[in-house]
Amino acid sequence: MNWLVDFFGDPANWSGPDGIPVRLTEHLQFSTVALLLAMLVALPLGLWIGHTGRGALLVVLSANAARALPTLGLLVLVVLLAGLSTDLPVLIPLVALAVPPILVNTYEGVRGVDPDLRDAAYGMGLRGGQVLGRVLVPVALPLILLGLRLAAIQVVATATVAAFVGLGGLGRYVVDGFATNDYPRTLGGAVLVALLALLVQLVFVLIQRLLVSPGVRRRNAVR
Amino acid sequence: MITFDEVTKRYADGTVAVDRLTLEAPTGEITVFVGPSGCGKTTSLRMINRMIDPSEGRVLLDGVDVTTIDPPTLRRGIGYVIQQAGLFPHRKIVDNVATVPYLLGWDKKKARDRAMELLERVGLDLKLAGRYPFQLSGGQQQRVGVARALAADPPVLLMDEPFSAVDPVVRTSLQEELLRLQAELNKTIVFVTHDIDEAVKLGDRVAVLRVGGHLAQLDDPATLLSRPADDFVREFLGRDRGIRRLSFVSGHEVGLRADLTVPVSTETAGLRDTAEPWLAVLDEDGRPLGWARTDDLPASGTLAGVPLAPYGTFDRGRDSLRAALDATLLSPSGCAIAVDDAGRAEGVVTREALSEALDRVAGGAHA
Ligand SMILES: Nc1ncnc2c1ncn2[C@@H]1O[C@H](COP(=O)(O)OP(=O)(O)OP(=O)(O)O)[C@@H](O)[C@H]1O
Ligand SMILES: [Mg+2]
Repeated sequence: MNWLVDFFGDPANWSGPDGIPVRLTEHLQFSTVALLLAMLVALPLGLWIGHTGRGALLVVLSANAARALPTLGLLVLVVLLAGLSTDLPVLIPLVALAVPPILVNTYEGVRGVDPDLRDAAYGMGLRGGQVLGRVLVPVALPLILLGLRLAAIQVVATATVAAFVGLGGLGRYVVDGFATNDYPRTLGGAVLVALLALLVQLVFVLIQRLLVSPGVRRRNAVR
Repeated sequence: MITFDEVTKRYADGTVAVDRLTLEAPTGEITVFVGPSGCGKTTSLRMINRMIDPSEGRVLLDGVDVTTIDPPTLRRGIGYVIQQAGLFPHRKIVDNVATVPYLLGWDKKKARDRAMELLERVGLDLKLAGRYPFQLSGGQQQRVGVARALAADPPVLLMDEPFSAVDPVVRTSLQEELLRLQAELNKTIVFVTHDIDEAVKLGDRVAVLRVGGHLAQLDDPATLLSRPADDFVREFLGRDRGIRRLSFVSGHEVGLRADLTVPVSTETAGLRDTAEPWLAVLDEDGRPLGWARTDDLPASGTLAGVPLAPYGTFDRGRDSLRAALDATLLSPSGCAIAVDDAGRAEGVVTREALSEALDRVAGGAHA
């Protein structure tokens, strides 16, 4: 507890290039860019595969890769890439980490829409794109958002590794803290990352409230 | 008019679901497809709105081959109701009903006004308009499904077992609602069911299909029931075909016996030696009070003091002979009392009179 007071109570930690606001902004920047890139890839792909049923194998492979990747693969990758001090090497594993949950949940969400509902939509005279946009996506939205939330939380937590390759973010506190035996610093960094993850969670709850139709929310809550 | 011209549907796995089906569903009438499970009813129906395309032959809508029309365009002009209603769960009821008007580009206000009008038409409380589908009962959802299909006022309505997932009471009220709507709207309706009772109740014409997608018979319900084309149809119509046939015979077809009714003021003395075991006792206005057993009548006094057995009535002007038969079963006398609109007895219907009427009508159909 004292360590936390030491860290958060020190005014030096609240300003300058190594201050919390700067580090937090850096962390959020990486994470946001990584998440956006992952969404750009995984959302259209998941929607398309879910809608057409073509390429489902890709989803399975991606889901399996996700299980192997974050623990070992990612770290090795980062270590190998350490030394290169552009953003790109860090973004690649982060994006790779974020794609599978988005892809899998988007696919499952769209795929799992009641076939009778899909049938009724076509029967009413909706075209393929309209069926996707006006029926499948709104009904699958809770799962799609779940995928995004899982991805966002993983990215925020894992973006800590950026520090290992000399880039900023909240991971710096953890890395630097270890290097200088400054444990309050390490702990403070870890707590900040955890708080950020909580915040992300909260933001998604709000998004869910705003975007998901009450008619669908209830349906999913029942399962 | 919808025309099936030598239509065959062969699925990719080789199943022939419909085999050279040729029939017409006339404009403004309800044509029912009925038959056992797997006989190709749904497949046939879905070839009309191109949810399925035929392997051979043509389906014509007012003379135009439907395969020449772009499916979404075609479907917006054809109402479609399915068993589970298939309402959009994320949309309020009013917006569900307005689906096709929105697709057709109506402005929101007009589409919603139209939706409200239809909700009222199908007998739904307008309070439900702002709810989501999960907040409605199965029967209510089904009504919304019908309203949605009617929203853009399509001339054709396709209904695939729309009422089979609701309980019998609700089903009966939905069927009656449909008949009432149809009397106002005169749509060309193709209705799929596996329930023969529903088929003869709703259909102006009934097409009986047999497994393998062959048309076994196409006739109006009364003819179908009195003259099944073959053993398959006879079997499918079931053992109570005779009772069902009575539904199609008007109450006026049956002969009445006026001599079996007596006013309650009649002295019992003169009645004790009639040959009839039962007499229908009427009040001063001629309304039935019950049955008196002639053997049990007291030696003196009027019928007013005599215990009466329960009775069944049927309205000759409104009811079919099925109601008459039902009424005979409710009376220990084995006879039904025929009444007019005001509930006054016109006479008594015996079981013999019922079978005579049925014979006569069947004879007419054969001639
Ligand atoms: N997509 C499909 N692929 C292969 N066979 C099919 C397909 N759809 C239906 N069939 C087969 O075609 C036949 C007719 O099916 P259809 O759904 O038209 O029957 P139905 O009369 O509507 O039956 P039910 O009363 O059970 O709804 C059945 O043997 C069915 O198994
Ligand atoms: Mg069917």
